[in-house]
Amino acid sequence: MSDLNRVNELVLRFANVNGSGSASANSLVGKSFFRMGLPVGPKNLFPSNIQGLPTWYEIRVSEKGYTGRRGGVDMMVAMNSQTFMQDVADVVPGGYLLYDSTKPLNVHGRRDDINYIGIPLTQIAVAKYDQARHRQLFKNVIYAGALSALLDIEFDVLCDLLGEQFKGRDKIIESNIDALQTGHDYAAKYYDCPLPLRVERRDLVGDKILIDGNSGVGLGAVYAGATVAGWYPITPSTSVIDSFTKYAEKLRVDPETGRKLFGVAQAEDELAAIGIVIGANWNGARAFTATSGPGVSLMSEFLGLAYYAEIPAVLVDVQRCGPSTGMPTRTQQSDLMACAYASHGDSRHVLLLPATPKECFDFSMLSFDLAERLQTPVILVSDLDLGMNDSISEPMTVDPDYVWDRGKIANYEMLEEGFDFYRYLDIDEDGIPYRTYPGTHPTKGAFFTRGSGHNKYGGYTENGPEYQENMERLLVKFKTAATLVPEAIIEDQGLPDAVLYFGTTQEAMPEAIDELKKQGYSVDQLRVRGFPFGEEVWQFIDRHQRVMVVEQNRDAQLRSMLMIEGDVNPAKLTSITHYDGMPVTADILVTAIAGHLSGNNSATQRLSA
Amino acid sequence: MSFAKPKVAHPAIAKNALGYTRRDYEGSISTLCAGCGHDSISAALIQACYELDLPPHQVAKISGIGCSSKTPTYFLGASHGFNSVHGRMPSVVTGANIANKDLVYIGVSGDGDTASIGFGQFSHIVRRRLNMLYMVENNGVYGLTKGQFSATADFGSASKGGVPNPYDQIDLIQMALQLGATYVARGFSGDKKQLVPLIKGALSHPGFALIDCISPCVTFNNHEGSTRSYEYVREHDVPVVTADYVPYAKTIKVDYDPGTGTQVKMHDGSVLNLHKLEEDYDPYDRKKAINYLLDCQEQGKIATGMLYVNPEVTDFHDIMKTVDEPLSSLSYDSLNPGADALESINASFR
Repeated sequence: MSDLNRVNELVLRFANVNGSGSASANSLVGKSFFRMGLPVGPKNLFPSNIQGLPTWYEIRVSEKGYTGRRGGVDMMVAMNSQTFMQDVADVVPGGYLLYDSTKPLNVHGRRDDINYIGIPLTQIAVAKYDQARHRQLFKNVIYAGALSALLDIEFDVLCDLLGEQFKGRDKIIESNIDALQTGHDYAAKYYDCPLPLRVERRDLVGDKILIDGNSGVGLGAVYAGATVAGWYPITPSTSVIDSFTKYAEKLRVDPETGRKLFGVAQAEDELAAIGIVIGANWNGARAFTATSGPGVSLMSEFLGLAYYAEIPAVLVDVQRCGPSTGMPTRTQQSDLMACAYASHGDSRHVLLLPATPKECFDFSMLSFDLAERLQTPVILVSDLDLGMNDSISEPMTVDPDYVWDRGKIANYEMLEEGFDFYRYLDIDEDGIPYRTYPGTHPTKGAFFTRGSGHNKYGGYTENGPEYQENMERLLVKFKTAATLVPEAIIEDQGLPDAVLYFGTTQEAMPEAIDELKKQGYSVDQLRVRGFPFGEEVWQFIDRHQRVMVVEQNRDAQLRSMLMIEGDVNPAKLTSITHYDGMPVTADILVTAIAGHLSGNNSATQRLSA
Repeated sequence: MSFAKPKVAHPAIAKNALGYTRRDYEGSISTLCAGCGHDSISAALIQACYELDLPPHQVAKISGIGCSSKTPTYFLGASHGFNSVHGRMPSVVTGANIANKDLVYIGVSGDGDTASIGFGQFSHIVRRRLNMLYMVENNGVYGLTKGQFSATADFGSASKGGVPNPYDQIDLIQMALQLGATYVARGFSGDKKQLVPLIKGALSHPGFALIDCISPCVTFNNHEGSTRSYEYVREHDVPVVTADYVPYAKTIKVDYDPGTGTQVKMHDGSVLNLHKLEEDYDPYDRKKAINYLLDCQEQGKIATGMLYVNPEVTDFHDIMKTVDEPLSSLSYDSLNPGADALESINASFR
């Protein structure tokens, strides 16, 4: 058997029981790699459960910068007897399995091609601690300590992180470090440490940060000047509002009075949440909500109203596995069409599609500007993987000259000076009319907002041509939107084949592209970042013979939207989908793309297949 | 279409303290059926705002969907109005109010809009203590879809087709009292003398105010089998009309003294028993108010008037601890935490 002999390239996975207190020990290990200057991609693969079901935490360390999922596990920390057999099977040949050797290992199913590292964790913990709770919690810290010896994680880094986490609580810090030391010493005594699979300090992260996308979105809303949030709790979006509230509580409170410069309303459901957002935006505040797929379904009627009555609204959809309740703690990109075409009647919405925490922050800020500029809902479409997992990211920055764009507002002065205000009149020929805030002027500028038929002057109508004229203008506005959403990121070397994707598929794509090159395959790339699609997307598709549309849903929704919006020949758009609830891996991408390029896969994949 | 009314006014016409005439509080011409109780409520709202000297543009009118929810077009034409989504007026007002606490909010809804599709939102806006007037224009039927029962229709009362209502009614007044509303009144659209003061009180109340206003539907209550004195009025009943025929009916008006009851003959010939509150009724006692309402219900009476008020008001902004200045008028500078704060946040993620 050949051991894995690799420095700074590894996949470490922890298999735990949900609710056993493993999360903090596991994330401690994850962050330690980052502090050692190594690019890292930790992912929490957790169940829809508070206690008892299996949960995994996977850490990708890669000095090449591949922080998406690769596929396979080099070091498995197998702490869950329910999933033990599966966890053993997931280890790559030559890899390692760390297990609790208090009880002898079941010889049935034992593999000869992996290395077993037994540490009697329960035995050590029982001998060392009196309380059952301590035995459980410190068991996790003991295996973290063992890993520091086995993988050569700097012990001081772990101690520093504990010191920061429990700042001011010296006793807790001390006991945690003691548990770490215990694990470290045991591994060092009984195993040849470090293993050939190990890490080494580098200087590869610079000023980057390790942050979850939802924190980025919440902070973006703070920096965009959002003052109102209406929301209803739903995984995996809840931490968006948590983040907004946490930072607003710190940064948006009048120091003299203690009064808040923001208002958050936890609503009775998602219908009320979006209603609050629309009411607040109508009344001149920047307001937003965050939800997931089921919430988008509930909000759809209101989204149609906001589209047709032209009220700004910012909605963050952190996608999870659908349909219905689906797998609420697993990731997917399957709300794309539900968001793009939400609501009855002819309606369509502006989407922003971030792929990194920095983009979560930037697009969050941008979504408020676009919603007000375009007077329409803007949906920031994130996903569980991006939203809830930490990713390595460029730091968040704001242009010092940034001024918020409140869009076309007829204010008191304009009305006084005789501005001829009609609510739905397109005077600038960009499809965007002027609006007024309630309470602006005693005699001028008042209008009646309605989802029922209205003409360009804002009056009620059931007259067909008047209704239609207004609907046509909304299409003009949508064209304007295509020039304002973030441009696609393109790498074009003039090759015949290309991949086109969005969002978190970005995590595994660079590694897949490099691996494909090794196998002799090259493709151009385009990452979509907004909807309606910009001109650059159509030109890119035109330039290529075959475009593989890669997305994390079953029905190839992005591909459908390209066909609908751009009238692209379906034969040109090959579909690659992945939708098992786990973030797509580089291995999966390589297999699928190479399969198409080598002609082993059918050129077009029927949606019903 | 909505038609504007001419704004020409006689120079000698009366003006309020702000110099506005009553006409300045009017809206477009109503498109509801002639004689609809809802138009009387709009007139009462106009009168109340005029008498309270409210600047019309400082009022925001927000409604759901239905006949009642159409009415904000028909009053306060100089105010911004918002005809939103069926049953969702409360959430839209909530957002609007959080954004700008300084405007006066009139939420208009109906019995279907509030007691059926919007029952959840109604309950929660009461709990939220939002500073607003929540006006329910309650006629017990779905008018725009031609006469189905609403959830406020009495048990046993008959639909236009003669089928008795098999479900118990929801009493919004009792619900509001249970949920902690601080201003609860029931009015009758035909009793302007009582309704205008109730509206003025509600608009002046610095918290959540509910007026459940009984408002006869001239078109779809025109049938046999009402629970209220059906046998008595049968001989005087108008024969059943086809649904697309709307008979002209004069607006019902009543005027009676406090402490007395009165029987109001409805458009459909049914009789509404109104019972005006005694002058020694204590509107500050929530428990007694609930008992009183239950007693009235047993006796087949409908109590109208000021049923409960608590001047010790907590408003949603007190709960949220927001600044005095409306959130919508805060400048970007006052909302932007600045680059240094962002850099220290970045540092916390390293």
